[in-house]
Parts: sequence; C-alpha cells; structure tokens
Amino acid sequence: MVWFLVAGVLLVLNGVRAVDRSNFKTCDQSSFCKRMRTMGLDQSPYRAILETLELSDSRLTLQLINDNNKVRLLLELYRLQGNMTRLKINELKPLRSRFEVPDVLVGEPPTKPLSMVSRDEAGVVLSLGTDAHQLVLNARPFRLDIVEGARVLLSVNGRGLLAFEHLRPRKDTLSKISSTVGSMWDSIKNMFSSNTQKDSEGEETTEGAQEEGEEREEEEPGMWEETFKSHVDSKPNGPSSISLDFSLPGVEHVYGIPEHAENLRLKTTDKGDPYRLYNLDVFQYELYNPMALYGAVPVLLSHNAQRTMGIFWLNAAETWVDISANTAGKTLSGKVLDHAQVPSDAPQTDVRWFSESGIIDVFIMLGPKPSDVFTQYASLTGTQSFPPLSTLGYHQCRWNYNDQEDVRAVDAGFDEHDIPYDFIWLDIEHTDGKRYFTWDAANFPQPRDMLRGLQDKRRKMVAIVDPHIKVDSGYRIHNEIRSRNLYVKDKDGGNYEGWCWPGTAGYPDFTDPEMRAWWASMFAYDKYEGSMENLYTWNDMNEPSVFNGPEVTMHKDAIHGTWEHRDVHNLYGLYVQMATAEGLIQRSGGVERPFVLTRAFFAGSQRYGAVWTGDNAAEWGHLKISIPMCLSLGLVGISFCGADVGGFFKNPGPELLVRWYQTGAYQPFFRAHAHLDTPRREPWLFGPQNTALIRDAVRQRYALLPYWYQLFYHAHRTGEPVMRPLWVEYPQDVATFTIDDQFLLGRHLLVHPVTEQGSQGVSVYLPGVGEVWYDAHTFRRHDGDQNLFVPVTLSSIPVFQRGGSIIPRKVRIRRSSTCMENDPYTLYVALSPQGTADGEIYIDDGHTFNYDRQKQFIHRRLTFANSSLSSSNLSADSQFTTASWIERVLILGGQEPSAVTLRTADGSRSLEFEFDAATSVLTIHKPGVNAGSDWTVLLQ
Amino acid sequence: MFRLQVFLIVSLGAALGAAVEVQRPRGVPLEKRHFYDESRPFTCLDGSRTIPFDRVNDDYCDCKDGSDEPGTAACPNGSFHCTNAGFRATFIPSSRINDGVCDCCDTTDEYNSGVSCQNTCRELGQKERETLEKMAEITREGFLLKRQLIEEAKQGLQEKQGKLSELQASRKEHEEKVDALRTVKETAEQPEREAKERHLKAWEAQKAALQLEKEKAKMAEVFLELDGDADGLVSVSELQTHQELDPDGDGALTDTEAQGLLSGADKVDSAGFQNVWSNIKDKYVSEVRGPSCLLLKSGETDFWLEVSVHSYPEDDAGDEEDDEEEDDDDDVPEEYDDKVTCHRCRPMCATCSSLPESLEKEISFDFGPSAEFAYLYSQCYELTTNEYIYRLCPFNRVSQKPKYGGSETNLGSWGSWNGPEGSKYSIMKYDHGTGCWQGPNRSTTVKLTCGKETAVLSTSEPSRCEYLMEFSTPAICQEPPSLETVAPETDPHDEF
Repeated sequence: MVWFLVAGVLLVLNGVRAVDRSNFKTCDQSSFCKRMRTMGLDQSPYRAILETLELSDSRLTLQLINDNNKVRLLLELYRLQGNMTRLKINELKPLRSRFEVPDVLVGEPPTKPLSMVSRDEAGVVLSLGTDAHQLVLNARPFRLDIVEGARVLLSVNGRGLLAFEHLRPRKDTLSKISSTVGSMWDSIKNMFSSNTQKDSEGEETTEGAQEEGEEREEEEPGMWEETFKSHVDSKPNGPSSISLDFSLPGVEHVYGIPEHAENLRLKTTDKGDPYRLYNLDVFQYELYNPMALYGAVPVLLSHNAQRTMGIFWLNAAETWVDISANTAGKTLSGKVLDHAQVPSDAPQTDVRWFSESGIIDVFIMLGPKPSDVFTQYASLTGTQSFPPLSTLGYHQCRWNYNDQEDVRAVDAGFDEHDIPYDFIWLDIEHTDGKRYFTWDAANFPQPRDMLRGLQDKRRKMVAIVDPHIKVDSGYRIHNEIRSRNLYVKDKDGGNYEGWCWPGTAGYPDFTDPEMRAWWASMFAYDKYEGSMENLYTWNDMNEPSVFNGPEVTMHKDAIHGTWEHRDVHNLYGLYVQMATAEGLIQRSGGVERPFVLTRAFFAGSQRYGAVWTGDNAAEWGHLKISIPMCLSLGLVGISFCGADVGGFFKNPGPELLVRWYQTGAYQPFFRAHAHLDTPRREPWLFGPQNTALIRDAVRQRYALLPYWYQLFYHAHRTGEPVMRPLWVEYPQDVATFTIDDQFLLGRHLLVHPVTEQGSQGVSVYLPGVGEVWYDAHTFRRHDGDQNLFVPVTLSSIPVFQRGGSIIPRKVRIRRSSTCMENDPYTLYVALSPQGTADGEIYIDDGHTFNYDRQKQFIHRRLTFANSSLSSSNLSADSQFTTASWIERVLILGGQEPSAVTLRTADGSRSLEFEFDAATSVLTIHKPGVNAGSDWTVLLQ
Repeated sequence: MFRLQVFLIVSLGAALGAAVEVQRPRGVPLEKRHFYDESRPFTCLDGSRTIPFDRVNDDYCDCKDGSDEPGTAACPNGSFHCTNAGFRATFIPSSRINDGVCDCCDTTDEYNSGVSCQNTCRELGQKERETLEKMAEITREGFLLKRQLIEEAKQGLQEKQGKLSELQASRKEHEEKVDALRTVKETAEQPEREAKERHLKAWEAQKAALQLEKEKAKMAEVFLELDGDADGLVSVSELQTHQELDPDGDGALTDTEAQGLLSGADKVDSAGFQNVWSNIKDKYVSEVRGPSCLLLKSGETDFWLEVSVHSYPEDDAGDEEDDEEEDDDDDVPEEYDDKVTCHRCRPMCATCSSLPESLEKEISFDFGPSAEFAYLYSQCYELTTNEYIYRLCPFNRVSQKPKYGGSETNLGSWGSWNGPEGSKYSIMKYDHGTGCWQGPNRSTTVKLTCGKETAVLSTSEPSRCEYLMEFSTPAICQEPPSLETVAPETDPHDEF
C-alpha cells in the first residue's frame, strides 16, 4: 500500500506520461521467449548425421538430429556470391509446412560453388572460395565455424543454443488415442525402452522413437494456449519456435536490429530483456530500452578494427535477440580447434536469436569492409528507393490542418516568412469519418482546388491512407474488399475486426498479391477522388495497430490465407507500403517515382520509401535519440529516415524547437509534426528571432539539396547509408565506434547537432590522422584526429566539410525545391593537406524513372589536383540537358593565384576572383559553364 | 545564354494621359532610377563597392546588399519591384524572380522561366477599389454608429454611477434604520409571551404573503427568461436550455422529461406555467442576474426594511443558513462585512443581493477609450455552424453547445483586451475555459472587425482547444480620414 502511494506520488511529480509497459509483453510474458531463454547452456542435443550429407555444386544438405527427442532437421548451406553464406534449417518432415518469408529478398540469391576440403568422422571442412576462407562443420555436437586462415570469424551453435520446436499433434488428440491404447502402449514401451535407445544411433527413426521423444518432452504452460491481459492466443498449431546462437570472437561492438529507442552500439542484455523485434504501436515510448517499436529489421552488424560482418535473420515472426559479452576461449571446441586458434581471453560477443515460428534462414555477410556489408545486404534485399528530389526538402505536417482555408493560410505563412517548404501534410481528420481515400465534405469540399493552389506554388501534399478499413456498408472500399474476400480472417474464419481510428475496422490481407494489386489500383486518379499528381501518401498504423488487440496489434491466431498472423506479423507493414508505392507508380503509367512514408517496416522496406521514428515527444532526450535511431536504420539499408521535428507529443519550448529544426535539417527525412492536442507551432509562431533561426536552418537544408540528392542516388545504387556512423568511414579508429551524437552525411560532411538544453558548446570528434576539416560556416580549418570544442550560440549548427572533398550547393534559396530546379551551382572545394579534392554532381529531372529507364541523367566527377579543377563525365552512356550552370567556386584552404583561367571546348577565358587571406578562401566568379559540360578551371 | 534583358521599358498607365517611357534596369523602382546610370560605374547602394555598370543585373551577386541585381535572383537578400500598372506596385524577394510562380500581377517577375503568366493587375485593381469603397462605406457608417455608442455609453455610465451612489446612500440610510429598529427591538426586549406570539403570528402571515408575491414575481421573470422566442409560450425546447432541471439526474434533459415537467404539454402559457414552476423552482438556475435585479428595483426600499424585520423574531431554529451566519459572524474579517450582510438577504431576494456589486463591476470594466464597447455588456451573440452553436457574451464568456443536444462547453471567461500595441482593443481574450484532455484549458481569441452589424462572423479552432472568433462591431471602426469624403475616384491610377 505504501509502495503504491509512493509510486503514485512519483508519477504525479514527474508529470510524465510514459509508455504503459504493462500493455507490452516482457520476455517472461511471451511463452516461447521464456521457454527459449530458460533453456540450459548444456551441450547441444543436436548432432549432424554425416552419412546424410549431400553436396551439389553450390548447396550442401545434411540432416541434424536432436538426441533428446529424435526429431530430425534438414540443414542447407549455400555459398552466395559476394562473400556470404546462407544457412537454412527446417524440420526434415514437418507435420505441416512451416512459413518461409517471401517477397523480402529481391530474388533467389546467386550461389557460388562449394567444395569439400576434407571429411572425417568428426566433421567436414568446406572451402568458401579461397584457401583462407573455410567453413568447418563439427558433427557432434553440431556446430559451424567460419574461419579465415587461423582466425575464427564466426561460430554457429557454439554455445549449443540451437532449438527447434517441431510441430506436433495437439495433446488432446493424443490423449484420445492413449485412452484406447494407453495401457498397451505403456507395456510395449517398457519392453523396448533399452532397444530404442540403441536404435537412435541408427539412421532410421522409428515412429515409436518419435512418439517416445514427445512423451519425454515436458509440456510447458503456454505451448497450446497463451493469455496476455484479457487476450487469449489459441495457438492451434502448438509450439513452433526456433533459436540459434552466433559467437563473434574478437568483436566488442555490435549494431543494428532496429527499431529500438537505443544507442547506436547495442548493449548486452544479460541483465534485462533481450531486444525485441515485433512491430508495435507503442504509445509514448521510453528511451534506452530494448522494447519493440513500430518496425523491425532483423539484421545485426558486428565491427572491429579488422572486419565488419552482418547476420541477417530472415524471419517475420516475433523475434528476440540476446547479446552477451564473453571471452572467446570459452566457446571454442571441436573440430575447429584443428584449424584455428583464438587467444582464450580475447573478447567475444555472443548473439542469440529466437523467433516464435517459421524456419531458421540466416545470411552471414562476411564483409570485410563496412561498404562490403552494405553491398552484400543490398544484393539480398535491395537498395533505398530513389526519392523524388522534392521529398528531400522540408515537410510541414500536423495532426491536423483543419480545412482548405487552413492549408491555404499555412502555405501563405511560409511565403510571408520566406521559409521554403515542399510538402504540406494532412493527417486522418481530412477524411470523411476516417474512411481513407475520401475527404471530409465540410472541411475539404474541393481537394483538387486546394492541390492546384499548391501546384501553382510548385508545392505538394501528402495525405494519410491507413490500412484499417472502416466497417461500413456505405463505404465503397470496405464493400469491395469484403466482396472480394480479401480481409484478414479471425481464427474462426470470419472477417477479423478490430478497433482503430474509424471504430470497428477490417484489415485487408496485404500478404495476398491480389489484395495488393487491388489496393494499388485504388490510387488511380479516377478511383481516388480529389487526388492529383502532387498528392502523395502516408501509411500509418500499419504494424498493424489494433486498439483493442493484444499489445495493441492483431491477434496472432488471425489468418492470412494459409498462414497465421503469428508467422507474417512483421511483414504486414512492408506489404502495405509496397502496395501503396506500386499504386503511385501505376497511376502515372509507370513514369513517376512514388513517395510513401511508413511507420512499420521490415527488411526490404527501403525499396518502397521513407520511414519515421513514430510518435516521439517534445523532449531533449527524444531529439538526441533521433540520431542513433536513424543511424541504426541506415546501417540496415533504410536511409530515408527522420524523426518528427519538434516532437509529436507535448509542447516544445522555442529553444528545443529551434534545435530540432537544426538537427532535422541535417537528417534525411525532414518533417515537422505535432499531436492534435498541442498548440500550433508553425515556424513563425515563436517570435521573429526564432523564426529567423528556423528559417536559417531550413535554408541550409535547401542549399545542400544537390548533395542530398547525390547521396540518395548513391544509396539507391549501392546500398550505402546516406546518414552514417563515423566508424563506417573510419573503421580502424576505435574512438569512433561508440559515437552517436554526431554523424556523417556521405563521406564529406560531419554534423554534430546541438541536442542539449542551454548548450554553450559541443565537443566534436574530428576523425582522420593527417586529415583536415573545414567549418562549413566560417571555413576555418581544423586538424583531424582531435576532439574540438566548438562554442555555440542559438544559431549554431556545427557542420564540417572534410578536406579533400567537393560539395555542390544551390545557394539561391527559393520557396520550394522545384522552384530551384534550374538554378546555378556553387562548388565548395575543400582542399586536403595535399592540395587535392574530389566530389560529384548528379542531375536528373528530379521525379521520373527516366534516369533509370532512359539513362537520362548527368553524373560527373569533379576533381581538384595540381591547381586545376575539372569536371568530367562519370557516365558516358547517359544523356540529360540541364539549364543549371556553375555560378561560383569556393576553394577552402586555397592560396592566392595570379590568374584564373577557364578552359572549355570553346576555348579559354580568364575569370575574376577574390582571395580572403584571413580565411584562405579563394572565390572564383561566374565560370558560367553549363553544369553538364566538360570544363577546367586553372589557377596560376 | 545568360544574357538578360537589362533594360525594361516601363509603360505607365494610360491614366496619366500619355504613355511615358522610363528606361531603368529591370526590377528598379522609379524613385531609385537615378542610382542606376548606365554611363557610370555602379556603386552598391550600401556604398560597399563600385563595379562596372555591365555587372548590374548580370545574374551574379556583387553587392552585399543585393542592389546590383534588382532584376535577377542572384542575391539572397535582393528585392524586385513590380510596377503592377493598374494595381498596386510592390516589392517581392528576388528569390521569386523566374521561379515558375506568378507573383507580380503584371507578370514581370517571370521573364525567363517558361511559365506563362496572365496580367491580372486591372482586375485586381478593380476588385481592390470595390473592396476599398465597400470598406470605406462600412467604416463611415460604422463610425457614425460608434459615435452614438459613445454617447449612449456616456449617459449609461452617468446613470449607473448615479444609481450606484444612490444605492450606496440608500444602503447607508437603511443601515441606519436597521440600527434604529434594533434599538426599538432592544427596548421591547422583555415582552409578554402572548404579545410575542401574536407578534410572531402576524410576522408569519406577513412573511407568507411577501413570499407568495415574490414567488409570483420570480415566476413571471423566469417565464420571460425561458420564453426565448418571446411567443408567450414556454416550449419543450426552451425548457431544455436549462439542463439543471433534469429530473433523473443523468445530466440530460430529454424531450420526454421536459414534456413531463410541462405536465405533458408541448407548450404552456403564463397561466399554465404556475404548475410548471412548482415543479422546477427548486432546481432552476437563472441565467441572467443583472436584469432580474432591475426588475425588483422598485421594491428596494422595502427590501432593506424587511431584512431588518426578518432578523427580529429570532426564529433561528431550522434555519441552518442563518445558524451558520451567526456562527461565522465573529470570525468574519472586517472587509467581508458587506458580503455577509448580503448573504443574509439571500432568502428574501436571491437575485438582488449583488446589485451594487454588479454595478460596481460593470463600471469597473475597460469598455474602450470612450466606453464604446459598453453596449456589448450583458449581451450575447450566437453563431451556428455545422455542428455547434457558438455563443459570445462579451466581457463575460464564450461557450459552445452541440447543435443536436449535449451539454455546453465553456470556451473561456473574459480575460483582457489583448491586441498588439497601438490597437489593444482589436482583440479580446477569453481564457480558463473547460480543460482539455492532455491539453490546455480552452481559450478563445476574439478578433474585432469594423462592421455596421454587431455579430459573430466566424469561429474556428486553429489549434486544439484554442478558438478563434471573428466579431464585427461598429465600436472598432476607425474614424475615416474625412467623413464627408466620397469613394476614391474610379479613375484607374496605377499606384495607390
């Protein structure tokens, strides 16, 4: 009682309405997690039956047996192109087929030949292409080690935590049998008990042995039915979870497995819950904990100074990941000891994955460089979609802009205060009673007029379309989905219904290709009334969110075709965004690039648009965590990431709001958003001084749009993150491994936003021995490999350009990015200590697929060396004409030349210039050359 | 490729009688033309630098103040002058030159962007003139009304001040009478039992008669108050404006319940209302305090006397309120004495007790520099939207009521004048309304605009629980430059 009182008082004092943890499961409350986690660390019961080994050109299969229950598994091993290994484990003869995740891989990954190096009773050794790279398979117990020379890179089942709950008949059906033959069976069992033990050594397993194994297995609570709060999970298929452990000798830093409100570097989980991956609509989430959030990407990266690797656990069911610190010697055993040695006291990170259903399907990406891992992962799940240029501008959102007049007034406000923006957003209130694809007749009677008004300003709009569909016989969308029988079903076969914004809602089965095709067709201009070319889409609540469901999501025993929701849960959001993006492509006849924002996501979601970090709060901690949250997403392929600027819940003070704009201006997806119950916070509502600070931050964003666009082009081509941790570019600098209060944009810009209240200065780590960095605002030069204290005022956004880089900017800031389309470029050439620099410029039409289908783009290399700056074509077979030209060149860290000459195909002419000795900045006036042409500027 | 047309032939409107062509660089206003002399080097207008004249409007920014590029978007801080012949000349930020958006109605900002703009200056000018004329007329008439309001307010204030001092004087007088009576009472302190009983009976009879009379007066007053549409009948819906009458206490006075209170009828007249009144009088809460006080003002003198008589018989038993008062008497600090006195009179005349206070309160309001807003006091104005009926009672409160039933929500009580410096009386602020879930207390900003009518023009909720009302009143109309001036000439001058 006293405790309750104290707790109550504390709650009141804090005044913070944090997440209600009791709405979400802990590992203890998720029966399979509890079962798996309490599994002993004894020797693995699994051994490989080497006699069953079959090796084709690129595929090895082998049976594994669990000596405790005699259930056999089938192991498949593939060597994949690009230094990857794929490992699949399924039941050899499952009672029913188990779910394998479709639609996430871009295709069947191409394989490479696997060859046997040696084989004996203890196991086999396979070559992974080179002599140094080998895969050592130990038979008893089953374990795999990937070695490079004498070093173990990664061990599978090194701690013996492989577990596979085989599908089994329900106990009550068993007991019916036993009631008739029970006593007889008992006597037979006793007679043969010693024999069956021996039998298990043989290759064939008798039915009796199987049954006996099951008999011996303990029935644990929660295997056939599970209750959480008032929700019952009927679990008709019984237990089906899987687990596998990985050991990473020599590794102390692991990253990834978003989405969590967590630091960049993952923590060990021994003392609490594992990191959870289960897409959930979490109300007012807490920071720095392993609870699941809106999206899940089951990809973990390991990094040390020698090597970066990745583990991709392709499973869409509820998944937990345990991370622990170990020493390498403790888990090294078996055949691998003949091949490799590890200092017994070397640090090691152990990672264990467990999922509720499906199969084990793991891709081990062996790097070795960070960029190799990005390429490897991109080859499996694809790269970031290339967004329309305008979507990299600023987005103004709020729940809700009330009506057309409100939209018009906010739009006019941006012009009045001379702040650029590209998109204004409409949240759920714009619809007719939360019936998506419709408009509220009183407040948005003429949506096309509104959209045309925006189009006249060369701006655009995003309207929300959520996947829950109001159950209302007067609603066309509902009627069609129902009549086409495309809703998710409940466990009894009726249409699944849950509560969401519109009240009772159905949930379309987006796992069904027919549903996705129909959904996509709804975005056609004649189907989606009031829509126009400049209307794009936002998919929210697609975890899916079910207000009255277990953990605010769908019941796991709901049915998607032949699969349970349990199997596909983490895929639902991906499918929603996939279908929506397809709809936006189709409505333009395949010409225009789509833009779709999603809250839920999975591996592969990068192919369909942008994500944001969900319902954050107007608190300094939430501003700060936006950096590691987006960095973690970038590492696993999702580059187009942002957090609600200003914070969704609660009200930011002016300082927090300004700092958030400054931070958001340097993060990939730049959108302000606010809860319905918050006071208005358009950028001009906080006094002229704050308006000016926000204007300046947004203008910095717009000036850098050419660079952002080029970074996204790269992300699209290679899978490299746009916003990246320092260690990605400085993989051997241990000091960078835990930094997550600053980040790099591409290779060339280092940003350390101010995320502390009342800050007087920030300590910026400038990496790179022998490198230099230039303050992007003052052009002051600083040496690399140092912690630099940078004093800050309210207007400061500490940004540094790397010496040796060239960044194109458009410094004529207009009211939208489209208005800046034909504007000239200013090149910022930051010289390395060696007096060199290079960079790129990428130009296309900014919104169609013509860059891809018709090779209509300009991609040029800009090089500064030997006192001359030149532009050369990087893509000889592409064609595009631009009106943009080179307005100005700034050479940072330069010297005063006596003359500056421009050379083009038309001849030479001298250029005017200015040199500022105080800052060592040489400004070259108006080369005037077209941005798509060959030219050289010579300093003499 | 980037050679721009440096000079612009500006043709001034035919209004001047003859076309005048003035050569000047693009984007330069006429009055700055002399700074841009083609035959001389150009000096930035801030004096920071001098450049050859061919670098004016050459699409490269040389001057820190942007003055060398009045006609291109090259300078971040430049501005471009649109002549807008036929309408109003204006400056736009130079970032809007050739951005593909038509900003100047004369289309001169989009000379190289490929977008084709229509010259709309003439229509805009026409429209603006019409609007201005209309505005001028409204202002003129509004201001005349305002003068009247000021006059009336002056008189009203004098009256009220007079009344107040009268009341205060009469109160003093009555208090003296009370003292005198008390003395009489004290001298008659030892009457015989019989005499006292007789006295008491007489008193009871007198009290009952008085009570009955007052009851009737009250009933009549309530009838009038309830009869919102003044048709001489009180209907079900009129009764429903008083949710407090709900008999089953579920917070809603349904049609059936209201009909029940009206003894099954849909409407009752004043005679029929007698039965109704006995049903509702215990729960009924009057909306209007001020006017009902005035109704009884003729009885004031008696009222004060009766208070003193009432206290005489010492029939304290069973009158809890008096009991309390008695107990409190010693503890009540001096400054509350007045209130206590009034408290005591409540059983006799609930609505009159605060009369002097309400007058004092009314007089103390800031009704504007010349009390021109005084006429709004104790008035209410309504606006019905799709969903709600909004009600603004100036200097009192703002409320919102669902159109189709449901309880009223307080959107804020009178706070203060809240306009910016120089026009303090252009905005009213009402705050501390009903609280919002996870949000602030509701508040309303009322923007006053000049109009002949006094009316709520629009309401909106730009931010959750922060309401905005537009309210037109003659009291805010500014004095026109000259009341006698007629509308501006229809002659289309270029630059107003």
